[in-house]
Amino acid sequence: MGLIEGIFEPGLVVTSVDWVLNWSRKRSIFPMTFGIACCAIEMMAAGAARFDLDRFGAGAFRATPRQADLMIVAGTVTFKMAERLRRLWEQMAEPRYVMAMGACAISGGPYHLHAYHVVKGVDQVVPVDVYVPGCPPRPEALIEGLLRLQDKISTRTIAKP
Amino acid sequence: MTPSEIIEVLKQHDGAGIVSAVADGLHPHVVVKMDRLPAIAALLQSDWRLRFDLLRCISAIDWPAKNSIELSYDVISTSFGHALAVKVLLDRANPQVESVSVVWPAAEWHEREAFDLMGVTFLHHPDLRRILLPEDWTDHPLRKDYPYPVAYKGLKLNP
Repeated sequence: MGLIEGIFEPGLVVTSVDWVLNWSRKRSIFPMTFGIACCAIEMMAAGAARFDLDRFGAGAFRATPRQADLMIVAGTVTFKMAERLRRLWEQMAEPRYVMAMGACAISGGPYHLHAYHVVKGVDQVVPVDVYVPGCPPRPEALIEGLLRLQDKISTRTIAKP
Repeated sequence: MTPSEIIEVLKQHDGAGIVSAVADGLHPHVVVKMDRLPAIAALLQSDWRLRFDLLRCISAIDWPAKNSIELSYDVISTSFGHALAVKVLLDRANPQVESVSVVWPAAEWHEREAFDLMGVTFLHHPDLRRILLPEDWTDHPLRKDYPYPVAYKGLKLNP
């Protein structure tokens, strides 16, 4: 017996379109397979049985940007990769979200000084919704980032601004 | 064979091409003349006593004080298990050397890396392009006097 069973009259549920849309979107975030450094190992751990991203509907890692809602930038982004990253982001269908996972994706991390080839923060390339700090972040941190993204999605509306 | 025996074989074949040799220590090596490098590489690979069939790496070292760029070719023999390094000193202003990718095909990518990061030109290389950095990158970042870039395509390096 769940929390909402047995409350409503037969054939009647009162809700808003916004609520239903956001509810379904935030519980089916398909991430894109975008592991580019050691953070990807933690991302894989988060997706595997012990931490199980599928509990939040976010375990279906898609191999193409056209089927993905969330790009988890898991690792160091070099300038050469930045162009590819931008192109992949542009191929994603809206609404699309970006999570910067780990110190490298947030600010360049250990490459912040003296590295000629690393983008100092992926937010220079694509708009970032959630930052998950750590080097690398543990899977719990990634899950926390996912929950914060769910909070963000639930504030959206399809009404005119 | 021990390094000193290998160096003896090399000296018998091409004594004039060898500038100096170090047979002991952690990194036994011979320093060869730049124009003799292809011949010595072919000798190392084909001589029945040496059989250096695997080029492990090409290291490029920048020496601004000596005004030279040093290349170190680390080769081993998988049949005999012995190893040696062949070094060659190049002019820092215009580093050019003959490619050894005919002798060891593995040299192709190693030479592209040395070209990409150190700016060494390998003559008669089949495909001398940048291997790691973007194609439109200017300059060679592992040089000691590399000017640290400010931005690349609008992305700032020191925000």
